[in-house]
This record gives sequence, structure tokens and C-alpha cells, in this order.
Amino acid sequence: MNGVPLSWYLVLSAILFSLGVAGFLFRRNIITIFMSIELMLNAVNLTFIAFSYDLRQVNGHIFTFFVMVVAAAEAAVGLAIILTVYKNRGTLNADDVNSLRF
Amino acid sequence: MPEGYVPLFIFLAVAILFPVVALILAKYIRPDVPSRVKLEAYECGIQTASDSRARYTVRFYIIAILFVIFDVEAIFLLPWAVRYQVLGWFGVAEVAVFLVVLAVGYVWAYKKGALEWI
Amino acid sequence: MTPFYTATDHLVLLPAIMLAFFGCAILLLDHWAPDIMALFRAANPKDRKWLLPVFVLPGIAFTAYTLWRQQSYLAASGATDIQAFQGSLVIDGFSLFFNWIFLIASLIVAIVSYRYLDIEGEHHGEYYGLILLANSGMFFLAAGSDLVTLFIGLELMALCFYVMVGFLRGDRRSNEAAMKYLILGAFSSGFLLYGFSILYGIGGSTKLAAISEAMAARELDDPVLWLALITTAVGLLFKISAAPFHMWAPDAYEGAPTTVTAYLSVASKAASFAFLLRIFLGPFAASREVWEPILAAIAVLTMTVGNFAAISQTNVKRLLAYSSISHAGYMLLGLVAGNETGLQGISVYILVYTFMNLGAFLVIVALRRGNLIGDEIEDLAGLMRRSPGMAMLMLVFLVSLAGIPPTAGFLGKFYIFLALIETGHYVLAVIATLYVAVAIYYYFRMVRTMFLDPSAEQEPLAGSFGLRLAGVSAGVLTLAIGDYPEPFLRLAQTSILR
Repeated sequence: MNGVPLSWYLVLSAILFSLGVAGFLFRRNIITIFMSIELMLNAVNLTFIAFSYDLRQVNGHIFTFFVMVVAAAEAAVGLAIILTVYKNRGTLNADDVNSLRF
Repeated sequence: MPEGYVPLFIFLAVAILFPVVALILAKYIRPDVPSRVKLEAYECGIQTASDSRARYTVRFYIIAILFVIFDVEAIFLLPWAVRYQVLGWFGVAEVAVFLVVLAVGYVWAYKKGALEWI
Repeated sequence: MTPFYTATDHLVLLPAIMLAFFGCAILLLDHWAPDIMALFRAANPKDRKWLLPVFVLPGIAFTAYTLWRQQSYLAASGATDIQAFQGSLVIDGFSLFFNWIFLIASLIVAIVSYRYLDIEGEHHGEYYGLILLANSGMFFLAAGSDLVTLFIGLELMALCFYVMVGFLRGDRRSNEAAMKYLILGAFSSGFLLYGFSILYGIGGSTKLAAISEAMAARELDDPVLWLALITTAVGLLFKISAAPFHMWAPDAYEGAPTTVTAYLSVASKAASFAFLLRIFLGPFAASREVWEPILAAIAVLTMTVGNFAAISQTNVKRLLAYSSISHAGYMLLGLVAGNETGLQGISVYILVYTFMNLGAFLVIVALRRGNLIGDEIEDLAGLMRRSPGMAMLMLVFLVSLAGIPPTAGFLGKFYIFLALIETGHYVLAVIATLYVAVAIYYYFRMVRTMFLDPSAEQEPLAGSFGLRLAGVSAGVLTLAIGDYPEPFLRLAQTSILR
């Protein structure tokens, strides 16, 4: 153990997660929004790994694998949907994709 | 202060300092005689043909998407490989099932023509 | 050392194996379907309609058989639950009850989609495959008792739904709905996962049982406990479309193909509720004091937003989306009450909601033909004269959705109110009752259009046999649950999570 306390990792991951949330809320490009979501998921991975290391377990590692795979699947489905949206509208700005409004 | 991180900080400092120092030094040492041909964008020595932001065919994206999926799925082979001795034939069977499911996806994508190049 | 895969494990996992197997089989065989048909010298080898009777129905039938086997095994063992995979999956009354609901919803949606997909000119194979795979995800949501299985189930279901919502690739509304649903769904998954990671840190295990013990040992004003509670709850409330997090629901419901909307509004909501109950009655049970007032406020807000936004809608799918948001508010009130009647009330409500909401969407599906999407309220005009049968069915479903006595909808609301009064939440009970009046207003606007307004078209609706069968069954069940509630109440009694 090199002496880096658990709380450091947790604070770092909380900061990363908040950055992801902020990016999601304030960015307007759909691809950037997607990247913000990936950042949130990676912050979660960091938390899992930190706890897992602290607890001397592998459960957290395995959970991280699942999160990574699901993130990849989500990205794949997301990119496919974004491609069809782009093909139908020619824009990737979240504010311009608005035909569903009351 | 965690001592384990000291080498990393030294490495980081060197990594930042080196290019900065090199670039500043070079600016004052090198001769500077610009001309029109020299300022053109460099593309393997050939004349630039068009704008670099041309539209790509959608095939690139589809193949990238498929690559991401199959690449990341391989991650599940790692825990199996690590505990190979303990899991024995059960592990082999599990991984076989996993690979069959992956193969279903692969065959589906292949038959849909997602891997054909035009 | 314990064996990795026991007979019990196999029994517990079988429904998911069946669903996934048939889902994958459809995906694969769909491509060779014309070749197979040519072998049999079919008149029209490109026709893929036979995929439904040959794969989907047997798939659902086999799954039903495995569920029935689980049920008899559970009854024979006399235990309240059976653990499998070292406690990662569990069968109890709760999981069986929800799995039956998912399976019935899948069955109804599959037989209704038969004609609808032809009208939309879309492919059959993947659609059915996605329904079965989504159902296998729901299985894990109802039967999971480990953070990993619950998360995988949630994502398996959600990914299938993202694709299904955007199934009409050339349709701008469908694309947009899928995109919004995907982005907000992924965002909420991020929150949920952050909560899960903290729960893992607290419990030192991903098993719900271990986490419950560790959470119970914590002080109630512990900030870490609050962090886990809030982030997990935000993720869960997103999934059931509770009020401040409901934005995705109207857009996704309106843009999706109508059959998918029906499936999304019923199965996905029931699965998300199963998930929510597993977490709130498991790891969060000990901190009830903390979340009960927050959840009560959210439930009231959900009913307010749902009911008042529904009033001004002109699109039936959007209106039903807002009404389904308000129904989620009622179900949350059952959790706020939290006693046996309340939990039984949630189960009854979900059961009833499945039939009445599916039924209402079926009628909208029947309105779709040619170029007419049929999801505006004006499209219902004169339905009584055009197709009296459909109009009467729609009347039953709308009366039930509003919660008026002889129908099932009343029973669901009645149990929630009863639970609220039993636990002394009089103010909540009064608010919930008042909102029924608002709901009656907008449901009866649709009824009035159906019965009184003249219609431009005179042609009767061309519902397929499957659609009529499903519609009549849902209608009969809606009335039956309302008039002979005994067996259904006993069923709900067994489903209470202990």
C-alpha cells in the first residue's frame, strides 16, 4: 500500500462524476453529451475499484467489467441512433431536435 | 503526502517542461524564412487535394461500432483466464456459451451486410 | 467447495435461458426465413409472419412452463424464497408475480404487433427478438438480489427498449424519441450506478442482503448513507418516470411505434417498480424515516404534473404518457404507506394497470392504417358509430384508468387509499382522491369525442384477429378484476416482498 487514502480516490471520482453531470446539463452537442455520460460511468468505475482495493475483494472489479461492457453497448446503440437522427435532420444540436413538444 | 506518487510528479514535471523548453529554444535558434509553398499544409509531400473535413461513408461508423462491442466483450475472458485452474471444465463450458452468444451477434451483423465494404 | 452450477440454479435461471434462446433464434433464423419458406414451396417466401407462431409463441409458452415449474417447486418446498447462484438470484412470490405480468405483456404486445409492423412496413424478426430479450432483462430485475444482476437486467431491458422506440428508422419522431430516451436513460443509469458503488462501499458486498445489514447498522444522519440513498433514488425514480425526472416519458411514448409504447408503458414500468421495491424494501428499509417524507412529496408532485399536463394534450399517446406518470405517483403512495395493505395495493395496481393501459393502447393501434397515424384525439371521433365494439372496449379501459367502481382501476386505487388511511397519511389520501376528479375530466374528454363527435370517416376499424382477441381479453380481465377481485387479491397477497 503506497499510503494514498481511500477518501482521495472517492473525492476524485466524485469530482469526475460532477464534471460528467455538468457536461450533460450544459453541453448542447449530442456527441459531447454522450461523452459526459461516459465520464460519469468512468467515475463510477473508479469508485468501485477504490472500494474493491480497500476491501481486498474482487467483486468491485467484476462490477467494473460489467459497467464497461454496458457502457460500450450503450455507446454503440447510441451512436447508431444518433446516426439515424443526423441522417433525417442534418444536425447534432440537442436544441434543434425538437419535433416532440406539446 | 503519499510518497508513492513522488516519481510520478517528477515524471509529470519533466514531461511538461521538456516540450516547452524545446519549443522556446528552437524558436530563437532556427532560421525563419517563410514562403508560400512552405506554409502549405503538409500531406505526405503530395499537393493537398481537398479539405480534410470531407464526409466519410457511414460504413466507417458501423464498423467502428461493431469493433467497440466485440472488443469490449473480450474483457469477460480475462476473469476466466485468471481463474482457469479453479473453474476447470465448468469455466470452459461457460465461456463456450458466452462465445456462442457473441457468435450469434456476429453472424447477425454479417448477414445484415454490416461488414461488407459497399 | 460449493459447485458452480446446481440443479436449483438451473431451475431459477431457466425462464431467462428460454427467453434469450428464442430471442437469439429469431434473430438468426430471420435472415434465412425466405430460404426456409422456399424449401416448403410457400406461395410468398418473403412473408415473415410465421415467425410469430413458430418462435415467439412457443418461446413464451416454454417460459410460462418454466415459471410454472418454479412456482410449484416453491410451493412444494414450503419456503418463502429459494436462493440461487449464492444469493444472486431469488425466486419468491414477488419475482413470480412480476414475471407473470411481464410475460403476459410480452404475449399481448407480440400478437398485436403482427399486423401493425406490416402497416409500418418494418421488419418482423428483430422486433420479436427484442421483445423476448427485453423480457429476459425484466426477469433479472424481478428476480435479482444482487447489484450486478439487477444492473445487468436493467440495462438489457433498457437497451432493447432504446432500439424498439427508434424502430421506425425513417420516421423523424421515432428517431428523436429514441435519442431522448437513450440519453436520459443513460444519464439516470449513471446516477443509479454511482449510488450502487457507494452501496457496495457501505456493504462490502454486492449482495442486497449484506448491504441491507450494513445500511441498518449506519446512523441515519450519516452523509455517506444520504449520498447512496439520494443518487440511487434519483436513478430509480427516473426509470419509473416520477415527477422531477419524468421528461423522457411523454417524448418517448409519443414518438415510439404504438405497440412499443404499449409495451414500454406497461412492462418497463412494472419492471422498474419491481426494481425500485427490491431496493427500497431491501437496503433502504432501515432508513425509511429518511426517505418516506421525500418520497411522499415526489409522489404528490408526480400526480400533480401527470394529471395537470394531461389536461391540455391533444395527442392520445402523449395524454396516456402523462396519465401513466400520474399512475406511477399512486403506486409510489403505496410504498409511502409501506404496510401490508400498501404493498399489496402496489401489486394489485400494477396488475390492473397492465391490462387497462395495454388495452387503451391496443385501441390506438387499431386506429393506425394507411397514412393515418391515429394518435390524435380527433381520430377517435365517431368511433362509436364506426366500430361499436372497439368503442365499448375503450370505454371500459378509460373508465378503469380513471378509477371508477365497477372496473379494476377502482380496486387498485382503493387499496392505495386504504393503506394511506391505515397508516394515518390523511392529507395524502385526500390529495390522491382529489386528483381522481382531474383524471376523470381528461379521460372523459376522450370518451365524449368517441361517442358524441361526428367523424369524417365511416369505415369500421380493421383490427386483426390477434388484436381483437387481445383487446377483448384485456377488457374482460379489467372487468373481472373489478367485479371478482378475490383470486387476484390473493395473488397479490403472495407477491408481498418480506
